[in-house]
Amino acid sequence: MLTNLIVFILASIIGSEVISKVPQTLHTPLMSGSNAISGITVVGALVVAGMVGDPWAMYIGMAALIFATTNVVGGFMVTDRMLQMFKKKE
Amino acid sequence: MKQNIIDIAYVVSAIMFIYGLKRLQSPATARKGNQLAAMGMFVAVAATLFVQQILTPAQMLIGLVVGGGFGAYLAKRVEMTGMPELVAAFNGFGGAASALVAGAEIARFLAPNAADLMGGAVMGGVDAITISLSILIGMITFTGSFVAFGKLSGRISGNPIIFPGLRVITILFMLGAIASIVYMEMGAGDFSAAGFVGEPVVQAAIAIAVVGALLGILLVVPIGGADMPVVVALLNSYSGLAAAATGFVLDNTALIVSGALVGASGLILTNIMCEAMNRSLFNVLIGGFGGDSDSAGPAGTTSAEGLTVNSTTADDVAILLSYASKVIFVPGYGMAVAQAQHAVRELAEELAKKDVEVKFAVHPVAGRMPGHMNVLLAEANVPYDHLFEMDEINGEFETTDVAVVIGANDVVNPAARHDKASPIYGMPILDVDHAATSIVLKRSMRPGYAGIGNELFYNTNNQMLFGDAKDSITDVISEVKAL
Repeated sequence: MLTNLIVFILASIIGSEVISKVPQTLHTPLMSGSNAISGITVVGALVVAGMVGDPWAMYIGMAALIFATTNVVGGFMVTDRMLQMFKKKE
Repeated sequence: MKQNIIDIAYVVSAIMFIYGLKRLQSPATARKGNQLAAMGMFVAVAATLFVQQILTPAQMLIGLVVGGGFGAYLAKRVEMTGMPELVAAFNGFGGAASALVAGAEIARFLAPNAADLMGGAVMGGVDAITISLSILIGMITFTGSFVAFGKLSGRISGNPIIFPGLRVITILFMLGAIASIVYMEMGAGDFSAAGFVGEPVVQAAIAIAVVGALLGILLVVPIGGADMPVVVALLNSYSGLAAAATGFVLDNTALIVSGALVGASGLILTNIMCEAMNRSLFNVLIGGFGGDSDSAGPAGTTSAEGLTVNSTTADDVAILLSYASKVIFVPGYGMAVAQAQHAVRELAEELAKKDVEVKFAVHPVAGRMPGHMNVLLAEANVPYDHLFEMDEINGEFETTDVAVVIGANDVVNPAARHDKASPIYGMPILDVDHAATSIVLKRSMRPGYAGIGNELFYNTNNQMLFGDAKDSITDVISEVKAL
């Protein structure tokens, strides 16, 4: 528990340092991209749904898996679509 | 051994997320950064699928394909103007997933074969707290995001919805959430009740989910459409916190690190948005401020003080722009509504052909989402190095011949600088009034989202070009070409 808290705090600090330097022009892709990263819950969904064999855990976990994958795949793809439009003057 | 491989894979993916985000610091490397983060996700998922003992791999793959297919469909189909609501919807999915994973974790603890599954671990007090928080934050994110989705896509009115007792009810629900968490805390560790649904922990979990869902709705309905950039950023942060809470539930480093990164990202954006409006987060969350612009109010060309506005025509604007040496465009939400970004880019190109220096000034809260204008202009092929942030460009209005305001309102209202009585007093604005001439494209004289008149419109060196922004710009383009 304590280790987890330390990891959480350190990751928050790194996140703040990295993200505060993102320019305004990329704030939308930053949001959709980081949103896709928050879909990391997909890993949790795989663990709870897949490793059990308990029907309740399986059903709830499957629902979580579908939501999280939508978030991950959709989020990264739409961010990519946006970012490929950002061009410098040719 | 297996656990070590998985842990290493998670650290690798966390590093890829961090460097992926770092590359978002420049538009030149941003796309690679996003791809790196996506690969990080692939590493984490692949390690989980292949190294963990997944009992039902076929079902898992089906889940991945269904969710992935749906996400890909949404991502491919969306129009760039629909981006704010799509981001809100994805946020909601993430929140729901976190809540569901925490719910499934309870089911694991309660499973008849729980002792084997959890390696002998039983649900303790700490588990009860992390699981409750994960469900609560996840559900708030879920319903809150979908209310935001409804407001952004126009399915729900963008005006703040406030009814008597709203605050009291919200506070009661918050107390209810705390009570449910305490109830789960007491039920943890003692699973003697008959049946799954009869367990106090399960009942508490359902109660927390319901209360969280209602809280999410209650927290977002009172917030006006124009405050949506703050809300979307805040919900973004919540979705990260929900994932991190789930990480605590599962003791999973990948979730904790990624969740913390996203939580920090959302909070920073929230903060930037609040500062750009000179309002505290609390003030935004209380709501009631500002609905959809151009939807209400009188439509006169004379102010209360008897001041009048100068109305102009497309050919006059065309002449003014063509013979200027420097023009700055100031886009706002009205440009998005009118889908005028392509026309604006064409006008900018026509002017550049006539050796006019053209720049774009983007206020941080222009639009309905952080960076909204930048994405629309990027879609219209405006190079990003033509876009300038408020602090970079504000000094340049002094030397600008014409500033063209397209569907922006409060972010160019000089009252914010000096009128202490104005609701937007103190909000940093783009100094459009310092330009030799300002032209405002607007559908009518109706006030902006803050419901207040704009001093700029009554300036002697300001001219109004009334009409739909896209039609107006198209007219100006043909006049410019004819010159």
